[in-house]
Parts: sequence; structure tokens; C-alpha cells
Amino acid sequence: MNYTIALAGNPNSGKTTLFNELTGAKQHVGNWPGVTVDKKEGTYKKNKEINILDLPGTYSLSPYSAEEVIARDYIVKNRPDAVINIVDGTNIERNLYLTLQIIETSIPVVVAVNMMDEVEDSGIVINFEKLSEAFGIPVIPIVARKGKGLDKLMEAAVRVADDKTVPKELKIFDSNINTAIDAVYEVLTSDYNVSKRDAVEKDALNYWKAIKVVENDDIVTGELTNNQKPEIIAILGEAEKYADGDTEAKIADLRYKFITNLVSESVKKPKTHIETGSDKIDKILTNRFLAIPIFAIIMYIMFALTFSENLFFVEGLLSPGIWLAGVAETLWGYIGSGVDALVANTSPWVYSLVMDGIIEGLGAIIGFIPLVLVLYMLISFLEDCGYMARIAFVMDRIFRKFGLSGRSFIPLLMGFGCSVPATMATRTLDTEKDRTITTILTGFMPCGAKLPIFAMFVSTFFVDGSKTLITYSLYMLSIVVAIIVSLLLNKFVYKSKASNFVMELPKYRVPTLKSIGIHGWEKVKGFAVKAGTIIFISTIIIWALSNFNANSFNGVNAANNEDESIMAEMDESFLASVGNVVAPVFKPLGFGEWRPTVGVVTGWIAKEMVVVTLAQLYDEDVNLEYLEEFFSAYSEEELEELGFEDGVYDEEAAFDIYAEAVLWEGGDENALRTMKNDIKTDAAAYAYMAFNLLCMPCFAAVGAMKRELKTWKMTGAAIGVQMLTAYVVSFIIYNVGSLIF
Amino acid sequence: MTLNDLKTGQTGTVQSIGEKGPMRKRLMDMGVTPGTTIKVIKVAPLGDPIEVNIRGYELSLRKDEAKNIKIEI
Repeated sequence: MNYTIALAGNPNSGKTTLFNELTGAKQHVGNWPGVTVDKKEGTYKKNKEINILDLPGTYSLSPYSAEEVIARDYIVKNRPDAVINIVDGTNIERNLYLTLQIIETSIPVVVAVNMMDEVEDSGIVINFEKLSEAFGIPVIPIVARKGKGLDKLMEAAVRVADDKTVPKELKIFDSNINTAIDAVYEVLTSDYNVSKRDAVEKDALNYWKAIKVVENDDIVTGELTNNQKPEIIAILGEAEKYADGDTEAKIADLRYKFITNLVSESVKKPKTHIETGSDKIDKILTNRFLAIPIFAIIMYIMFALTFSENLFFVEGLLSPGIWLAGVAETLWGYIGSGVDALVANTSPWVYSLVMDGIIEGLGAIIGFIPLVLVLYMLISFLEDCGYMARIAFVMDRIFRKFGLSGRSFIPLLMGFGCSVPATMATRTLDTEKDRTITTILTGFMPCGAKLPIFAMFVSTFFVDGSKTLITYSLYMLSIVVAIIVSLLLNKFVYKSKASNFVMELPKYRVPTLKSIGIHGWEKVKGFAVKAGTIIFISTIIIWALSNFNANSFNGVNAANNEDESIMAEMDESFLASVGNVVAPVFKPLGFGEWRPTVGVVTGWIAKEMVVVTLAQLYDEDVNLEYLEEFFSAYSEEELEELGFEDGVYDEEAAFDIYAEAVLWEGGDENALRTMKNDIKTDAAAYAYMAFNLLCMPCFAAVGAMKRELKTWKMTGAAIGVQMLTAYVVSFIIYNVGSLIF
Repeated sequence: MTLNDLKTGQTGTVQSIGEKGPMRKRLMDMGVTPGTTIKVIKVAPLGDPIEVNIRGYELSLRKDEAKNIKIEI
């Protein structure tokens, strides 16, 4: 039999671990329509006919968060063949609250009581037979992380699916509320004739709806027809009288009372609370005085392990992230030279398409994969061990002021390294609003690839002294802008008061390597497939625009070029024409000329490309004569260090070395002198840096944004906010700067 | 008195939880219902939010939210 079994449970109940154990590493991660919540599916590894679907972790089936609405809509409308409700045995009272609500949907359910090892260690004894009898459904003890009890659990799940076992109708509510539910049910079912075949399912749905109506559920109440409303309002009014004017509270109260009674009969807890390892760890980690220093150290370690080139202050020791990225790039280099040999004899444009377009485009994706992998494994470690919730606890006071949650700290911090993994880290935030705003803000952060732009401009324009200060001010600018944009988005787009902060602080647990590995792998796969396509296509488009013009297709280029190539130089390309058309837009920002404009566009391939492109476009400055003179001042050793083979000056390599080893480091104070005809003042130069800092990030980051925000509409809106911000800020900088200096 | 008035380590019993709305519903879903025992475990290093123990697990909430929870010792 083909069955679909859904996993439902509280966050931190071990649901994902159970899912991984049941399905193995083969799982499909998609998304629920229209929201930034993962939808995971897989097949049971011991029976391929059983589909397993991981519902979002929720505490209840109220309609107050995207996760809760998804979980309940799926259970109520799609009616899976069975639901496995996973319950944290160490925290059984609160977990059973969701169980009661799942039972109310009259769907076949099995309860899996997880963390039984910890339950036994802490001296708690659970009477499973009593629980099972009370609910009328199987209740199975398991230890998900050790794979214990899972066969029995799946047997029970298949059995209830086979038999379509409907849970008992529980006597939770008092007579007043039951009367109201029955009355609402009458109204809901009076409109249509229940056909015999659907009778069971439709009745279950309406009974569930009746409970929700009495519970004052916004969504279900909103679906009532105009005929039904007056009658139902009367019923609810009557019910309120007997529930101290508040049926909603009464129902939650009665559910918990039912659970408290049940637990007192079936669960024995030790009289004295034993201080667990988790309690001891927490005393240190969130200690009044130690919390913030420890937090700073953990964040530093996390950042260093991903991005550092001098790990833990050891000169030249690479972090796993950077080391792996280097390995990936070297391997890709070999493949590149292999391909180079293959296409060397083809026409120039085919060669360029393969080498500068395809190989470069794929290389951009491959270079980011190690960073995504390492950072995401670290994040899942923090998440799984329980520290992530403490970060939110410690940082909440600061971030709340800007309309965000403390959890936004990690993506924003990582944005200083690279926007790609940083954007993907937004998935760990609690609400859709926080995820969207933080995704936009990570694009503002001065990532590693933006530093060459600052280095070149600072050394070219701000010659006298204040170099460090200028660079530092750009860092500050990104933070201030992020704060202001967050406040504005909260106020005008989301119109929300600060989000609530009712959050569980889960017990500390040692994460399993398997679950961290699966997390990292999932993220890499998602990035390579979803973001990869976007990165690849946009790189090819910019390649085509910057290498061709109208004369490419009428034979003029082929006739003029020595090698009969149909390609055009960049300063005559389509991109230059686009630059000319767009340039006036940047007039008010002080750099309304085509060459700086083209620089901004190529910066979207990768931000450091701004520097290379400008060096290419200002070829009056960076010609062979200039390069020869410039490098003649260097000794043989210095030349070798810069990248010339054997320290011998080489005309062919000179441009690349000048752009990447000299300009990136800000190593030429006379760089691009004629650029000063286009970008005339220091204010304009600063505005140009600010624009590149704040505008749309590189395509790789846009790919990651699309992956997190799901729709093109949201991604477009996010990019729109970034562009507008960049424009407004640069406008202010240029105009105010011009007045003062 | 409210949950906000409890000192670290003190225990109280929940009397009522503020006004109708998503906030209160969320608190009740998390097990903060009238008659439940609640204990203040600690205050965050920056002075807010606070951490409480309720129904055997740790919950954190802001002082603004704690202010709405009426308590009896």
C-alpha cells in the first residue's frame, strides 16, 4: 500500500532527527507555496511505498504563524494516511497540547515519545499503556538519535493507516463548550447533504471547524458564509457567558487541565529536581557577566573557521572554509586548462564563451560551495546544541530596538565575510518578516569582495592620511544604513510593533554528526541547483553584453579585427551603450559617466570585478607602457611575490597582476588618473564606494536571496529596496559632501 | 502583582494573562494558563528578556510581556 505519513511535533522535539533516521540521507527539500518554510519529503528507507513528510515544528495549531497554518492545513485538508506526533518525553506536558489538537482532527495518529534515554536518566517513569488507553491510539517510546524503537513506531503507523483508526473522542471540554461546538456543527452541516461515501471525512472536518469557530479562530471564522454568521454569533455569545466572557482562554485552560490530570496519572516524576548537565552549562553560558564575552568568542570562532586566512592568529593558517574554497578553485583551474586546450583552436567568440562565460560562471558557483558548507554546518551545530536560542536571548534587547530578533545577528555578522552563506543563514530566523528583512540587510554588509573597491578608491582619492578612517567609516555606514532600513521596513511595510519573544529555551544536547552533515549537504545542494542557475545565466548575459556589439553580426568587427573575431572591445560593446544610456541616472550621485556605470554592472558578477573593469576601461591609464614603467620600480623578489613567474616581468600577465595584486590592495596611488575626469571629487568617489557597497549584491548572493525568499516578486522587491537605498544614501553623501568640502 | 515583580528564583501562580489577542493565545499555547506555577530562573545579561520555568521547561519572554501576566505568590 502507498501511504503518506506526516511527522508533526514541537520544535526541539527531535522531529528532524526522526525524519533523517526514517528516510536516510535521500530527501527532497522543497517549499510550501508562498512562504519561506522548508517542505521536506522522503521515503521510508525500509519500505519505499511509504512517503514521509516533515511538517514544520509547531507548538499548537492556532493560526498565528506561517508554520502553524501550514501544519494544520496539511493535516485537515490533505488528510495524510497517518500522522506521527513526536513528543519530547522530558517535557511531556507542553508537548501533549499539540497532541490533543491533532487528535481533534480525527485523523489516524501515533504518538512517539522521544528522548527516552534522557527521560530514564532523569528518573521519570511514563506509563505508556495508560496514555495509549486514554487517547485510544498507540503511544510508542523511541530514542530517535539512536534509532531505537523506530521499527515499532512505523509498524504502529502503518497499522493505524490500514485500519483508519480514529482516536477516541476525548472528554476535554465542559458541557457549555460542548453545547456550543455541537450547535456550530449543526449550522455548518445544515447547508449540504452529506454524501455517504465522504461522510466520515467531511464530518471530521466540520467537527474540527466547529471547535475552531468556538475557539475564535480567525481563519476558520473568516470562511463562514453570510447565512451562517448571525446564528453562529448568537451561539458564541451564549457560550461566552458561561466561560467568564472568554471562551478562547477557557478552551486552552481546559486542554491543559486535561493534560495535567492525565500526566499526574501516567507519569511519575522524581520529587527533587536533579540538576542536569544542561542546567550547569547554561549557568555559565548565560551568566550575567560571562554571557557576552563567551558569545563574542563563539562568534569570532565561527567567523574565523569560515573566512579567516590567519586562523586563530596563526600566520597563513587557512580556515576550513577558505582552504576548501582554494582546493575547489585549484581543481576547477585544472578543469579550466583542460577545457582551454580543447577549445583553443575554435573561433575567438566560442573560446571566450567557454572560458570567460561558462567556465567563469560555473567557477563562481563552485567557489562559494565550501563557504556555504562550512558555515551551515557550524550553524546547524549551534542550532542543534541549543545555543542559537541563547544567542537570541542574549542579543534580543539590542536587536528588538531595530525591529529584529537576536537571531538576525548571525546572518548579519557573516555578511562581513560573504553574502552568500549569510543570506542562506536567514532560514534559522523565527518569522517570515525577520527572514525577509534580514535577507535585505545582509546585502548591505561590506563582504570580502567589496574590500578591493574600497582599497583602490581610498588609495587613489584619499591620499593624505585618513585611509583607515575612510574604510572604517564605510563599515559604520553599512551598519547605520542597515539599522535605518530595518526600522523603515518595520514601520512602513510591515507596520508591526516589535515581534513577540515568547520562545522556548531548549535543553543543551550534543548534536549528531549525521544531522549536521545532512544539513550542510542539503544547503549545498539547494545552493548549487537553485542559486547556481541564476548565477550561471546572469554571468553569461553580462559576458555577452560586454563582448559584443551591433557590428558583431554584420561582419564589420570580423573585417576589422586582426584575428577575424566578431567580438568587440568592452568600451565599444553593448554594455558600454547601456552604460551611456543609464549614466545620466547617476549624475546626481557624482559619477554619471558610462565607465563608472559599467563598473557597477560588472560588480554584480562579483564585487571585486568593479576594480578589474575600471582598469580595463581606463586603458589610457593602464596601457602596456604604464605597466612596464610601474613594475620597473619593483625588485625581482617583489615581482615574484606579486605573481610574475621567476620574478621576470611578463607583458601578458602584467594587466591581471596589476588589477588583482596591486589595485585590489590599493597598491598604486596614481592608479587610474583619467578616472578623475569622470569621478571628479572625493565626495563623488565616496558616493561611488557607498553605491557599490549598498546596491544589489553579486548574482551569487541574488541566487541565494531567491532561494530564501522563494518568489521572484519578493526577490525583486528586496533588490528594489537595496537599489533605492544605495541611490538615496549615495545622493545624500555626494550632495552634502560637495557642500562641506 | 505581575510576573515582572518576581525576583530571580521566586515562584508564583499565574492568575490571568493580559488582554485577548495573538500574544495571549501564544502564551497560553505555551502552557502559561491560570493556576500554573511559574518560576523566574534568570534575567538576560542586558537586563531583558527573562527566563522562567513553567510545566518543567524553560521559556523566555520580554519584560513587556511579563508585565501582563498577573501572579500570586
